[in-house]
Amino acid sequence: MKLLVRGGKVIDPANDFCQAADILIDSGKISAVGQNLKANGAEVIDAKNKLVLPGLIDMHVHLREPGLEAKETIASGTRAAARGGFTSVACMPNTNPVVDNQALVEFINSRAASDGVVNVFPIGAITKGSAGSELAEIGDMKSAGAVAISDDGRPVMNAQVMRLAMEYAKMFNLPVISHCEDIDLAANGVMHEGYFSTVFGLKGISRLAEEVMVARDIMLAELTGTKVHIAHISTAGSVELVRMAKKKGLNVTAEATPHHFTLTAEAVGGYDTGTKVNPPLRGADDIRAVKEGLGDGTIDVIATDHAPHTVEEKDVEYNYAPFGIVGLETAVGLAFKELVNPGLLTVEELVRKMSVNPARILGLPKGHLGVGADADITIVDPGLREVVDVQRFASKGKNSPFGGWELKGLPTVVIVGGRVVMQDRELV
Amino acid sequence: MLNEKTVILDADGIRRALTRIAHEIIEKNKGVNNVALIGIRRRGVPLAERLAKKIAEIEGRYVPIGILDITLYRDDLTTITHQPVIHKTEIAFAVNNKVIVLVDDVLFTGRTIRAALDAIIDLGRPEAIQLAVLADRGHRELPIRADYVGKNVPTSKKEIVSVYLTELDKKDKVVIEVDTA
Amino acid sequence: MGLSRKDLLGIQELSVEEIQLILDTAEPMRDIIRRQIKKVPTLRGKALINLFYEPSTRTRTSFELAGKYMSADTINISTSTSSAVKGETLKDTAKTLEVMGADIVIIRHGAAGAPHILSKHLSASVINAGDGFHEHPTQALLDMYTIRERKGQISGLKVAIVGDILHSRVARSNIWGLTKMGAEVCVIGPSTLLPPGIAELGVTPFTSLEEGLPGADVIIVLRVQLERQQKGLFPTIREYARLFGVTAERVGMAKPDVLIMHPGPMNRGVEIAPEVADSVHSVINEQVTNGVAVRMALLYLLAGGGGPHEAIG
Repeated sequence: MKLLVRGGKVIDPANDFCQAADILIDSGKISAVGQNLKANGAEVIDAKNKLVLPGLIDMHVHLREPGLEAKETIASGTRAAARGGFTSVACMPNTNPVVDNQALVEFINSRAASDGVVNVFPIGAITKGSAGSELAEIGDMKSAGAVAISDDGRPVMNAQVMRLAMEYAKMFNLPVISHCEDIDLAANGVMHEGYFSTVFGLKGISRLAEEVMVARDIMLAELTGTKVHIAHISTAGSVELVRMAKKKGLNVTAEATPHHFTLTAEAVGGYDTGTKVNPPLRGADDIRAVKEGLGDGTIDVIATDHAPHTVEEKDVEYNYAPFGIVGLETAVGLAFKELVNPGLLTVEELVRKMSVNPARILGLPKGHLGVGADADITIVDPGLREVVDVQRFASKGKNSPFGGWELKGLPTVVIVGGRVVMQDRELV
Repeated sequence: MLNEKTVILDADGIRRALTRIAHEIIEKNKGVNNVALIGIRRRGVPLAERLAKKIAEIEGRYVPIGILDITLYRDDLTTITHQPVIHKTEIAFAVNNKVIVLVDDVLFTGRTIRAALDAIIDLGRPEAIQLAVLADRGHRELPIRADYVGKNVPTSKKEIVSVYLTELDKKDKVVIEVDTA
Repeated sequence: MGLSRKDLLGIQELSVEEIQLILDTAEPMRDIIRRQIKKVPTLRGKALINLFYEPSTRTRTSFELAGKYMSADTINISTSTSSAVKGETLKDTAKTLEVMGADIVIIRHGAAGAPHILSKHLSASVINAGDGFHEHPTQALLDMYTIRERKGQISGLKVAIVGDILHSRVARSNIWGLTKMGAEVCVIGPSTLLPPGIAELGVTPFTSLEEGLPGADVIIVLRVQLERQQKGLFPTIREYARLFGVTAERVGMAKPDVLIMHPGPMNRGVEIAPEVADSVHSVINEQVTNGVAVRMALLYLLAGGGGPHEAIG
């Protein structure tokens, strides 16, 4: 099976290659990159006026399987990924049961192989049951294919446990992804603490609930020398902490989500539970800082924290609704709207944050379009406009605050391992 | 656009009609010892005041006057678009065992008077309730009649009978108008 | 002229004119409460449902009486009897009330925004009788009515709100209403009970009565919930009373004709000294009476609508 992606603008920052070129794919690998390649019987994909990118990688999604299949499955979640322009996702372990052992990592791998349409890389738990006390079988999980460890959804509150986890994970060169939230400071809050929490009468979560943990984990990273990745960074203070850590040369990386660089706490008005997310939507200053962090390289990655929930779970009082926004199918459009179209990031920089860097952090042999690389390719039409319709999401989760938004700059083709899985915004 | 068609009563006509009604009230009730006037908002109120003054000129004493807002008793509140603004009912005397003369400008369907009767009965139990109107234009929808009438005016249902009083409108006049809009 | 809205969810969304209309309409209503026959037929045939997810005697009774005085059929549903305990969602409850033909639903709920969910799923009018820490609009309306009646106007008055501002929907609704009506509002409480960003609502925060009370025309004392102490927001009730209790001596710092208000129920000797609650300054009982009148006004203003406005003969 051969494919020829013809006439697009190839953006391959990892190989320092950004120019109009054709890409020939053979047997799931890239076999040639160059001008005027001959089809020789290959199926031709016209990429004229489009951007041809190394397949996008979302290193922070919740596929909900096993146990929470009403919210999402590996089948539906990977389809959502494909529709959103992603060729790979790394899935968080807070399923039921929590992915804290080799058997569960293997289950995800086998389910991904049978049901998935994009590559799935499991992330294992840091502690057993993500309960925050005893270390999970990190070495076993690594052998089974886990690419990182995280207790995402819950913080590891005990600093000593986190220290030991980092020291232990270092043996396997596994990055530790930290959900930075001090539970006591968060104090059962449901939105960002400030003017709007006061006006809406909802309990606030202070910036500090995140920042003290970012500071702690940076200090632990310094102590242990482990690769630490700060998940869903949301405050100006956290961005500054990461910036300082990088200046010091520490092995610390960070990600930001599209919703955190797009919406402020004001969006909670009207009590739309689609805006309820953890960490919460912050202030305008925080958005500015997150964008600055993305621009100056402090924030390495854009990840969605795709967190699907059922309509029944979300269609309740704001206080009672679960945290989470589905992000896979709006991420590229929002990144173009907020970052690329206004000129904050070049497409090349965006590709680093959505493909090159996640691959590097997770140690995946992906994120570039060199000859011999896996044929994971995302084709984006930077001029394509679409109004977000949550009912058209391939994800089971419709919990998005972006329904009705017009986005410009959307993926039109997704190729995974040489196979077209999405074309013209529809799954193949 | 309202076009004036016929003048039914001019200022003098109104004055004469009220003088006659005042006499009739006194005569019918054999004096005014137990009589009180209650004007229905809005134009019944200045009419009640004028009647009280005339009665005082004849009998040498002022009868008590009250003001009634019947909005809360209307039977069409659930069908009209805009809720009318409610004003205070100001009746400073006990209605129990009094002869109450309700005063209004125009008697038409009778529904306002029905509402007024209910409103007064909620305030107590008068000995009797009588009705004085400046104009009776017919087309009753309820079995209600006036005890004292300034002028009977045969009208078609499409016509509008408008009462202008100096206290509210800077002129005294009762006219038939036609809506030409 | 009426309220051109289906629901009353908060004071924040009301215009000055709307507030004035409600207060003006409450005046004739109060006369009705004072009559021997406390009933007008205005809402005959209308079904009014009190849906209370939090215990409340005062507000529920006030709404129930307001409905009954207006001849509406009133039904009370409280958590112990509603299907909330069976796990029915608010959305389903709303749909049930809808098909039962409710005309007005009054909701009290522990979660901010619950009335908004109800209003989204109901064609009936929804009145917020208190949602979480968000708003308690009818309390603010009755407070403003009481102030306006006693002081002639609200504009230019200095109003001090004292106590647990952080958890108080009464404070929030009063802040919106009083500032809209031109009053100068300050909030006084321990710093742990002053919400973030409160000054952005146009009020001045103080952490001592000595700073905030001088020159006050009105003092609104809020109930302090004893559970806040268990959460560590202040050390003891005793210390709270000593620092933030409104005593006769402290009332002396305000204007000589200051009004003392309290939404009830009071913790006498904690946030308010008994002699202050019973003093000539206190209008706490009037607030209760006015509450019924204001709620009658609101029921009247929200309950109509249909065809063209015609005069009746």
